[in-house]
Amino acid sequence: MNEIVIISGKGGTGKTSIAASFAAIGESKVLADCDVDASDLHLVLFPTVVDKGEFWSGKKARIEEGKCNECGLCQELCRFGAIRDFKVDHLSCEGCGFCFHACPAGAIVMEDVLSGYWFVSETRYGPLVHARLIPGEENSGKLVALVRQKAKALAEEKALKYIVTDGPPGIGCPVISSLSGAAMALLVAEPTMSGVSDLERAVGVCNHFGIPAAVCINKYDLNEEIGREIERYCSQRGIELVGKLPFDEAFVEAISKGVPVAEYSKGSIRNEIERIWETIATRVKKQ
Amino acid sequence: MIVSIASGKGGTGKTLVATSLALAVSKHASIQILDCDVEEPNANLFVRAPIESAEPVYIPTPQIDADKCSHCGRCAEVCAYHAIAVISDKVLVFPELCHGCGACSYLCPESAIVEANRQVGVVEIGYRGNLELIQGRLDIGEPMPTPVIRKVKTYADRQKDVVIDVAPGTSCPVVEAVKGSDYSILVTEPTPFGLNDLSLAVEMTRDLGIPCGVIINRASLSRDNLIEEYCRESEIPVLLKIPFDRDIATLYSKGIPLVERETRWRNAFLDLFDALKRGQLYVAYNA
Repeated sequence: MNEIVIISGKGGTGKTSIAASFAAIGESKVLADCDVDASDLHLVLFPTVVDKGEFWSGKKARIEEGKCNECGLCQELCRFGAIRDFKVDHLSCEGCGFCFHACPAGAIVMEDVLSGYWFVSETRYGPLVHARLIPGEENSGKLVALVRQKAKALAEEKALKYIVTDGPPGIGCPVISSLSGAAMALLVAEPTMSGVSDLERAVGVCNHFGIPAAVCINKYDLNEEIGREIERYCSQRGIELVGKLPFDEAFVEAISKGVPVAEYSKGSIRNEIERIWETIATRVKKQ
Repeated sequence: MIVSIASGKGGTGKTLVATSLALAVSKHASIQILDCDVEEPNANLFVRAPIESAEPVYIPTPQIDADKCSHCGRCAEVCAYHAIAVISDKVLVFPELCHGCGACSYLCPESAIVEANRQVGVVEIGYRGNLELIQGRLDIGEPMPTPVIRKVKTYADRQKDVVIDVAPGTSCPVVEAVKGSDYSILVTEPTPFGLNDLSLAVEMTRDLGIPCGVIINRASLSRDNLIEEYCRESEIPVLLKIPFDRDIATLYSKGIPLVERETRWRNAFLDLFDALKRGQLYVAYNA
């Protein structure tokens, strides 16, 4: 089974629109939404949840009032500024446990944290694994790893050929966690100055972890000069450019109607996304 | 006053709003802009402040003095991030997992651990007129943006007005960037994706106890109601609407600040900032 991860660096370039379209077009796949702190794929795929669970990850310190003798050592040692007036600020605590180990009065306990939920669902396009990180929580990378692990198990169990993963924006922990060991990354770029800068950083992450990358330019006609600059960048770097999609209100209308854009727009947009899917599906099969 | 610009969803126009506010205000008064989207820092593409100084960001990571180490395993036991493993007579350190909490070196009974700085990013500072830009940049391949965000925020001058550009999402890097703000502007777009991610961002700001208002970007009469209805129900003011407009998108693509092209937008952002400072947070504006 081959895992194709859609990332972009910059947010809002169209990752989810393309992932949802692959869901509508591709055969034999499991879908995975790894943008766990702002997941949107379910808003187009309308999943029916068949299995779900809690995601407990990491710990937070708590000071037991009766036992604390207010010596202040924890406050002095904590490098995250999480302890003030003998109370732990839940949002600043990184769960390192330094205070717990160091407290001479044994007044600190480390408590498990409920960080989110995972779901395995059925959709009209096949199974979907998704998750919801509780706003403000940590360990998004671990929740991503859990989603991918469940998607992989499902693909093996049902003998499905592909995993299509909607990835998070950025280049940090959840992105690295989405990419590791994937067959290929599809980078959705947009022809803006921010888009170019972010594409270069996303390519950097793929190279750093040895993940083969391909690029698709969305909103191509928004700025054709920068579009050509991205094409040149790709050819210089030996990165395959697999397609170009127009700046078209159909993308917004499809989201508003809750359908994949490839289903909403039957014409050239659908054809181009089909071509992109064929190109990358063929490429990962060969690898 | 510290105003953070967040969104939940990526690509809704956070950087557009942050740089527009900062550039508009800087015509009359001194202001800082902190680019805390350290995975994809783009504010300076619009601000164009020449960078005058840079400071590396380090995480202190353990180094084992083999002569002193007795292989007791205490460091591995206390490390919450599994960044240290002790195997018979060897100690393995995995620096990219280390959060730099300092527990291992403090708690080592043999005092065999010293900390060495490992660079994970950089903070750069530049000026343009009244505007001071401080931007963080996470090194490619590094998973943890929070130490870089923390370092950027040490430059915030409470005596001045400060605008913070935040990463998309609602997880720990966003909390790190937003916390301590006096107000959060949440930028969204009138689609089900925009609404879903906005509601998560609102949940996060409420957890932090920070008042918030909404800017609808790519506004369109036929769709805005989706966001407006939510804002009414949640008692959140709609501060400004920026229309779905190809010209605005094209300017953005070229890195040309909207407020430098059109006086009415400069005035709109100036009025908005004045209203925020006067505490008139519940007035809806239309440029």
